[in-house]
Amino acid sequence: MSQIRAIVLRAAGINCDLETQHAFELAGAEADRVHINRIIEDKSLLDGYQILVVPGGFSYGDDVAAGKILANQIKHHLYEQVRKFIDAGKLVLGICNGFQVLVKTGILPFPDTSGQAVTVTYNDSNKFEDRWVYLAPVTERCVFIEKGRQIYLPIAHGEGKVVTKDQPTLEKLQSGGFVAFKYVDENGNEGGYPVNPNGSMASIAGLTDSTGRVLGLMPHPERHVRFTQHPRWTRLQAQDTSHKSQDAPSTSSGQADGITIFNNAVKYAGANL
Amino acid sequence: MKQWRIEVYNKAGFPDVQGASVLTDIKEFGITAVEAVQFARVYLIEADFDKDFADRLAKELLADPVCEEYYIGRSGAPAGLAKATLMEVHLKSGVTDPVAQSVTSAMNDMGIKPDSVRTARKYVLLGELNSKQIDTIARKILANDCIEVCVVGNDTEPPSPHIKPYELNLVHLPIRELDEQGLLRLSKQKDLFLNAVEMKTIQDYFKQIGREPTDIELESLAQTWSEHCVHKTLKSKVDMDLDGQHIQFNNLLKETVFKATKDLNKPWCISVFADNAGVIDFDDESAVCFKVETHNHPSALDPYGGAATGIGGVIRDPMGTGMGARPIANTDIFCFGDPNMKLEDVPKGVLHPRRIMKGVVAGVRDYGNRMGIPTVNGAIYFDDRYIANPLVFCGNIGIMDKNKCFKHQQAGNLVIVVGGRTGRDGIHGATFSSGEMTHEHETIFSHAVQIGNAITEKKMLDVLVQANEHGLYEAITDCGAGGLSSAVGEMGQDLGAEVDLDKVPLKYAGLNYTEIWISEAQERMVIAVKPENLDAIMKIFADENVEATVIGTFTGDKKLKLRYKGTVVGELDMEFLHDGVPKYSRKAVWNSSCVSRLAVAETATAAAGTAAAKPHDNYNDELLSILGSYNVASKEWVIRQYDHEVQGASVIKPLTGVSNDGPGDAAVIRPKYDSDRGVAISCGMNPCYGDINPYWMALSGIDEAIRNLVCVGAKTDRIALLDNFCWGDCTKPETLGTLVRAAQACYDGAIAFDAPFISGKDSLNNEFRRDDGTRISIPSTLLVSAISLVDDVSKCVTMDAKKPGNLLFIVGETKNELGGSHYSSLDNKYQGEVPKVDLKMAPKIARKVAEAIANGLVVSCHDCSEGGLAVALAEMAFAGGLGIEADLRGLPKNKDCDRTDAQLFSESNSRYIVEVEPKNYNSFAKLMLNLPFGQIAKVTGAQTLIIRDQNGKKVVNAEIKLLKQAWQKTFDW
Repeated sequence: MSQIRAIVLRAAGINCDLETQHAFELAGAEADRVHINRIIEDKSLLDGYQILVVPGGFSYGDDVAAGKILANQIKHHLYEQVRKFIDAGKLVLGICNGFQVLVKTGILPFPDTSGQAVTVTYNDSNKFEDRWVYLAPVTERCVFIEKGRQIYLPIAHGEGKVVTKDQPTLEKLQSGGFVAFKYVDENGNEGGYPVNPNGSMASIAGLTDSTGRVLGLMPHPERHVRFTQHPRWTRLQAQDTSHKSQDAPSTSSGQADGITIFNNAVKYAGANL
Repeated sequence: MKQWRIEVYNKAGFPDVQGASVLTDIKEFGITAVEAVQFARVYLIEADFDKDFADRLAKELLADPVCEEYYIGRSGAPAGLAKATLMEVHLKSGVTDPVAQSVTSAMNDMGIKPDSVRTARKYVLLGELNSKQIDTIARKILANDCIEVCVVGNDTEPPSPHIKPYELNLVHLPIRELDEQGLLRLSKQKDLFLNAVEMKTIQDYFKQIGREPTDIELESLAQTWSEHCVHKTLKSKVDMDLDGQHIQFNNLLKETVFKATKDLNKPWCISVFADNAGVIDFDDESAVCFKVETHNHPSALDPYGGAATGIGGVIRDPMGTGMGARPIANTDIFCFGDPNMKLEDVPKGVLHPRRIMKGVVAGVRDYGNRMGIPTVNGAIYFDDRYIANPLVFCGNIGIMDKNKCFKHQQAGNLVIVVGGRTGRDGIHGATFSSGEMTHEHETIFSHAVQIGNAITEKKMLDVLVQANEHGLYEAITDCGAGGLSSAVGEMGQDLGAEVDLDKVPLKYAGLNYTEIWISEAQERMVIAVKPENLDAIMKIFADENVEATVIGTFTGDKKLKLRYKGTVVGELDMEFLHDGVPKYSRKAVWNSSCVSRLAVAETATAAAGTAAAKPHDNYNDELLSILGSYNVASKEWVIRQYDHEVQGASVIKPLTGVSNDGPGDAAVIRPKYDSDRGVAISCGMNPCYGDINPYWMALSGIDEAIRNLVCVGAKTDRIALLDNFCWGDCTKPETLGTLVRAAQACYDGAIAFDAPFISGKDSLNNEFRRDDGTRISIPSTLLVSAISLVDDVSKCVTMDAKKPGNLLFIVGETKNELGGSHYSSLDNKYQGEVPKVDLKMAPKIARKVAEAIANGLVVSCHDCSEGGLAVALAEMAFAGGLGIEADLRGLPKNKDCDRTDAQLFSESNSRYIVEVEPKNYNSFAKLMLNLPFGQIAKVTGAQTLIIRDQNGKKVVNAEIKLLKQAWQKTFDW
């Protein structure tokens, strides 16, 4: 397996690039943080990578709407390159602001004649919130997701509510396997606030596209790649003193929940690209 | 050029959350006539394009295609709604509009270069409103007069964005012939905030050099000599009458707070009280630095902008420390008036405390979150005396290379300003914040409020980190108070500098040379660069669209020379500018017998038996009241609005426990991905005690900050402290007396705990003069912030009770110290003595508890602070979702502490509640030998908190669900 390379996009206001790079490095990839200006200058830059990541943050201050200005910039300067990247069988991951960007470019979940059939808008609470949520995987085709594994990650956003322009679109998301994750409680059941922290339709927390190689999600997997990032690690430790080391698993089923996303991406890329 | 107006609304069927939240705010103000509020964003664009492009712009960029719709032009009230009021909020001209900047760059991406873009917020209010209500809504809810204008109705045009350019007009201000009255008049007219002695010193200087000063010279001196920049009071000579004994300080700060640091002389202190932040060792390669600032006056006028620029400003302190640190954590501590105060009780010229609080929280949230810096620690205190002078403390911690902790600017280096442009915002911030506030401040000093744009700062940070890695500059500092005048003045202090003010990039035309020099426009840093590195560094900046401009040179002639388009507009000796400020001599008085008398009298009254003070059978109600009191109640509403996990370094979060909502004692972050070493951050503050005794207030703050660190597992031999003194008018000897006592306590506490102060800041004159001439002074408030290291973060502990069957010990003695306590405030009595600190015992206890945690003997640890033992036990129980059964017979206590209420609620310092597994009982007890400690409780599987008194009777018996509800409902906003 050759070295997998991930490009972590930087732009004004992107602020989760360092920890996202770190997560990919933990997963065995080589990860570079590259400013969007460099890619616009030299579009062939993307060719050297198998995974493109739009990390979290407040690109351009989330002015106008979250992710909108960066989405506009990508649409006008890089849309073709990103499409080619996906069509070449490569992977794209958008986290939080990156998810908002992917939706607002129309890359996720699918192209629409009106430009966008789905959007991400203000939380019902009209405020930014940092809290941990349980996520149940929904789709069968997304290569980033470990099937059947419910994961626990933090959200930190003010505009994370996924809405569709109409009911048929929502049905298409659900029946067409575009829903990557939904918000659930500890027992796997959907619920109101705060189980669904922002009021997303059908509790949607993340989306994939028709290829399953593009994933966008509001929660932050890069913030749960180690045991001590779990909000209750001191309790888990108290109950099971075998979990002493930093890299000990934070659930019984293996690694820290967030790292699975990065591991799966790197594993898929290694096997297929 | 055509002016386009595009309005963006929510589509029917999608909730209008902004409209809804304005409606909530209106209802909170008691206006019930409004039935609904519709919100719209408005874009005013001057550009040459046609209707087709306007549609495309609206569709593709400005309106969300799924949930929003747009209207080109000015839409009227919705059809069929006669009772609609249209209100539109515009920024005053000159105020930074970040959204407009983003829209401009996005339009460039679409191939159109607009001449100007402005944005506004439009509200359509449905309901029968009278003009008074409309005015209240406009002024108190929708707009802030300092920076915004609210236009009502559909025909009023917004203010023009165009400003006339400035033509040089050199102004001299003759002072050589003025008498004292004349000097003071000039100082007042020009808002210099310089007193007679200072004006006289300046007069003598200009007499000596044989000319009259220019306006920019006087302004430079006023900025540099302001209380805010030079800390005249804390550095002054003080004659103190302490209980009838005369003591003298030649320099108060040097002989108290700073002396402790010097006496302790820790090798791990790298740079203290010298740079923009205090720097200490982290590991072999890295150092961490910490600074806490206040932004009180601006936050009183414009809570959102004031707090945002408060956090924005303090982030630039680590960025400007040594050769620049990377910010890794924020802290915030606020003091407000009663958030439920009646509107009519709020003094004229003052914003309602709830509006101040919401605005301040939103400001810190938006700036801190956008910067991508986790806000990990904080506190909020309430007291009616903060009504007109809210306190906003913002702190930032940075990490840096250990070999880059010092600057080395040289003559010949270029002066470069990086980041944001200069505007009229924040003019006179330094001088204005050095004076008292009055009811007229909101109009007179609106220009002193700065407007922040976090993304400009983030972009600047991104490029400065790269420039630093490549070693392309020789020195860096931030433009804070005093703007360029302070930044260039300080950096060139030992060299001299010349600056061409017309080169400074401006946000808009019209600024005169003095405004350019003293503007406190945000997001600017000054760096010193060797000419040979200029091209390389400018490329790094340009590559990421960050503006940087050479504005002058560091010379070597020890003069400050200012030019505008070639004309010299100011020339001062650096020595006079920095060392010319006259030394002050102040009087202070403190009489502790008055205090003891007060304490004794109050105790006597209490003993005589007021209702709440009388010992009785059950204290459930008192416990519930204290849990729900403003200071103790859960601040989850605030904490969740801050991103406390960005950067992926979080170890101990501000909210903890089985439901992630218990009150963590201190934050721990792990700043380097390749190391398990952590940084722990905490604070302590007890303004209530200061009314009775400022000395013990200060020591209580130190003890509390250190307890919080110890509780999470921090090292006790690497604790560093920061002081922030917020006081009233210190020209009054009684007020200064309380400050001196607090400063003395800082010395004693630092020495006792072996914990040096590394940085500090003061904000004096936190007083308010009402329109009737009466004054409100804040309670003397000392914030102590503390930072330490954790060797291995996986050994940290949290405060939530962990497992039924575990034992709870209390370490530290409980005394009858209800003075200033939350228990005594239940009936507004500050009874008795305030908590003292046993300077011998307290550090021993801290060290032993820390050792027990490091040895893995402790599964949870929480300190007793506000509300005492009962509150601490309740918090541990509900945070852990477990019961606790306690028995006060196990309590180590002083012999004067036989009252049950004192045992439950006394806020005695240096006490820790520690949860230990039964198997570790012996090891733990052995470690605690010779310390006051006792087993007081057991964790249980029942969902109740039970506390038995000395007779074994249940004096507290409450379900943890009820306790938690009481604690959470106060700020369930």
